[in-house]
Amino acid sequence: MSQTAKPSVRHPSLEVNKLGLTQRDYEGSMSTLCAGCGHDSITAALVQAFYELAIEPHKVAKLSGIGCSSKTPAYFLQEAHGFNSVHGRMPSIATGANAANRAMSYIGVSGDGDSLSIGLGQLCHAIRRNVDMLYIIENNGVYGLTKGQFSASADVGTKAKRGEENRMGPIDPVALAMSLGASFVGRSFSGDKGQLVPLVKAGLSHKGFALLDVISPCVTFNDHQGSTKSYQHTRDSVQEVVEADFVPVLHEIKASQASGDVTSVAMHDGSVIKFRPVAEGYDPTDRDKAYSHIASRQAQGEVATGLLYIEEGSTDIHSFENTVEKALVDLEFEEVCPGNDVLQALQKHWR
Amino acid sequence: MDRTSRNCANDLVVKIATVNGTGSASANGFLMQAIFRMGVPVSGKNVFPSNIQGLPTWYEIRANKDGHTARSERVDLMVAMNPKTYVQDIKEVKSGGAVLYDSSWPLAEELMRDDVEFYGVPLSQMCVENFKGARQQILMKNVCYVGVLAALVNIDLHILSDIFEEKFGKKPKLVELNNAAVRLGHDFAMENFECPFQSYLQVMDGNKDSVIMTGNMAAGLGCVYAGATVGAWYPITPSTSLMDAFKGFCEKLRQDPESKGNRFCIIQAEDELAAIGMVLGASWMGARAFTPTSGPGISLMSEFIGLAYYAEIPAVLFDVQRTGPSTGMPTRTQQGDILTTAYASHGDTRHIVLFPADPSECFYLSVTAFDLADRFQTPVFVVSDLDIGMNDWVCDNLEWDDDFVPDRGKVLSAEQLENMDQFYRYLDIDGDAIPYRSLPGVHPKGSYFTRGSGHDKYGRYTEDGALYQEVVDRLKEKVDSAANSVPEAEIIQNEGVQIGLVTLGGCRKAVLEAVEKMEADGLSVNYLRVKSFPFGPEVEEFLFSHELNIVIEQNRDAQLMKLLIMETDIDKNKLRSVLDNKGSPLSAQTVIDGVEELISQSMATVDGS
Repeated sequence: MSQTAKPSVRHPSLEVNKLGLTQRDYEGSMSTLCAGCGHDSITAALVQAFYELAIEPHKVAKLSGIGCSSKTPAYFLQEAHGFNSVHGRMPSIATGANAANRAMSYIGVSGDGDSLSIGLGQLCHAIRRNVDMLYIIENNGVYGLTKGQFSASADVGTKAKRGEENRMGPIDPVALAMSLGASFVGRSFSGDKGQLVPLVKAGLSHKGFALLDVISPCVTFNDHQGSTKSYQHTRDSVQEVVEADFVPVLHEIKASQASGDVTSVAMHDGSVIKFRPVAEGYDPTDRDKAYSHIASRQAQGEVATGLLYIEEGSTDIHSFENTVEKALVDLEFEEVCPGNDVLQALQKHWR
Repeated sequence: MDRTSRNCANDLVVKIATVNGTGSASANGFLMQAIFRMGVPVSGKNVFPSNIQGLPTWYEIRANKDGHTARSERVDLMVAMNPKTYVQDIKEVKSGGAVLYDSSWPLAEELMRDDVEFYGVPLSQMCVENFKGARQQILMKNVCYVGVLAALVNIDLHILSDIFEEKFGKKPKLVELNNAAVRLGHDFAMENFECPFQSYLQVMDGNKDSVIMTGNMAAGLGCVYAGATVGAWYPITPSTSLMDAFKGFCEKLRQDPESKGNRFCIIQAEDELAAIGMVLGASWMGARAFTPTSGPGISLMSEFIGLAYYAEIPAVLFDVQRTGPSTGMPTRTQQGDILTTAYASHGDTRHIVLFPADPSECFYLSVTAFDLADRFQTPVFVVSDLDIGMNDWVCDNLEWDDDFVPDRGKVLSAEQLENMDQFYRYLDIDGDAIPYRSLPGVHPKGSYFTRGSGHDKYGRYTEDGALYQEVVDRLKEKVDSAANSVPEAEIIQNEGVQIGLVTLGGCRKAVLEAVEKMEADGLSVNYLRVKSFPFGPEVEEFLFSHELNIVIEQNRDAQLMKLLIMETDIDKNKLRSVLDNKGSPLSAQTVIDGVEELISQSMATVDGS
């Protein structure tokens, strides 16, 4: 655990994005997680993704619940507004915030304990409402802050550090999200930044709820032999089924890139996700086929990763709610208070 | 019976016993509205089961020329339409009163009372003969007894037909049907009984500039006028109609004229935990947001309430109280959440709580609640109850000042942030214990980390005890200081009077009626109604100026009295309780009986006997 502050001086040769910001401007404070924690790799991927997308940091709301993973919003986007809420309840905070201010970008960072046990209900309902946000589950199969209890994502047969074996079946966030009708589902591995960064960018650009399950090994409590969420086991069992690339708005898609088996999906902001199935016949726009492929991989002890499902033309909570385009927080008082004449007219019917 | 022995005009209690799900609620509503239009002060209280169809329901109408419209335990006229409750219903009628029953079937001999008049009307038989289809026959039976009552208590049929016209104007056949049913009942009564009955109504001018409202309707409207844009909730009786009202008003008044988009967002949450989470998320973004609930919901929200208190996020919570603990009697009233709301959540927490006494105050205090929440950056509770929230009350016409500017508190603009060297969220710059707040997305300098974990005054994570304490001590100072900003208690005080009655919320009408009656009987008492917590200085002053303070409230544990003992310097020996926790709205008689008993006890103590 490192407690030293980062130097604030930037090297003059650092590259800048179209906002004139360097990648350093997208960093946060020093991580206090264990050295080698998978979560820190995810944080690095987030920094790179936000930098490359050139999103204004203060237009981002970063939210979390409680747990090791939920500490990470402090480690990226110093200038974004952060909300470290209560255990398992981040989805409701994000839902209310998004209802009030649709003009912001929302990213929620949670863990398997926070999302799949105490917060399972809220996660399901945020998916169901299609809240416009990227929701990352930093999935390590254990409770870290309380020292190594199994979480609900622990696989059957996985062993705890002290040798205890888990016998209950896991709740798989990907299968859950697919069955609940999530409009964007991806899975990745904290150790594969090349795969993770485009997935994060695609998730941020997706209109609606984007769930990204990231296997993120816990070096302290779940990285031993016998664990199915260790670095070694994860490297051995991940099978990328779809390779995704993300093309931001205004980038021309060259014909050569779109050739062969590459498919493009246009996002609501004009950007494009291109994907290439690695597994034969895999189609991430076909929910049923995707689901059955993922399940069959799982039965073989493999973890399917990549952009697993995307719904083209997805809408979000605001279309269900028919809210005005303008963020509700930007409405003037005169636009929401009807005034005395209306009050008097209403009361004529109450006599 | 001797009709001339006392003046019984405009002092009437009618109780209607029916079965829920038979359509009696609207018929009862017509009756109450007709009395209101005659200018007689009136109230209508629905006593209903937690059920959709088939269980006993009562509706109590009290019309009183002096404005005493609290629930009365006296029943002048019982409309007994539910044979399953005949025994208790007939027993409740005062000696000299009357029972109206459906004589299509004979009333058992043993139910008859010598001291009560029985008006038998073959309602079912008449409806079967005059209307088509079972559904219509059942519905019209209710309107038919309204007609009988119109004759017995002297309600002008034109008033009723005007009401039908307004309500069903677009369906002329329905207007005709209702008028026919009223006439049927009315004509039968005029032919067969001596009308009017000894207690009757006559036109007066007691409802000038008044309207009929429920508290939930008024609170929902208050949220519209306060500028609330996000409402999140989970259905729970008796608060559900508050969000229904907000939704109805918003759909009418808050649609963008061009895009037809909503200038509001109402989310039916998966549970109360999520509902308050959504409110906090929206408030964090800078919207005015609220949630209506009842006691069980407050229990579920408690963890988040602590976060809102500690992270200083405004929120407005409506607690329409019902009888607890647990599911309790969910369709009956109580004031059982006073202590819960004042100190909701774990750790050291205390909250601003407002206690409206009637629907009118529900409207105005809703607006006040949003201002206080923004000013003090903390959750504010508006605590009413089932009686206020769901029953029909006659209140003064609501007024709105078009020059009203909402108090959004210390929120920094982009320009202010731009000109600051450094923004610290929890720093007390003005020395009033209230820090400045920035809203997300406004300016890069405004960003900070909102958290429920330990933080110092700069908003930084801390586990340093002294730095933690500095912040929570300021929070106490902040909420305590609200005592000078919350609405003041209602006080009626005369010099030299030694006994003070202290009450809150929906007890108001019954206590004021009791005060007036005791005064007429030679017992003078002063009166204070708490409107807010933390208590303003006037509350302690009042308590100190009386030898004996009798605290009247509707719960078992004397929650208001305990709060007064904890939060003022009053000697607890100067406080006594009159408690009522059976689930019905308070009656003046309960207050009088309780007060008189306490006074005779304290006299006995003084006498040493």
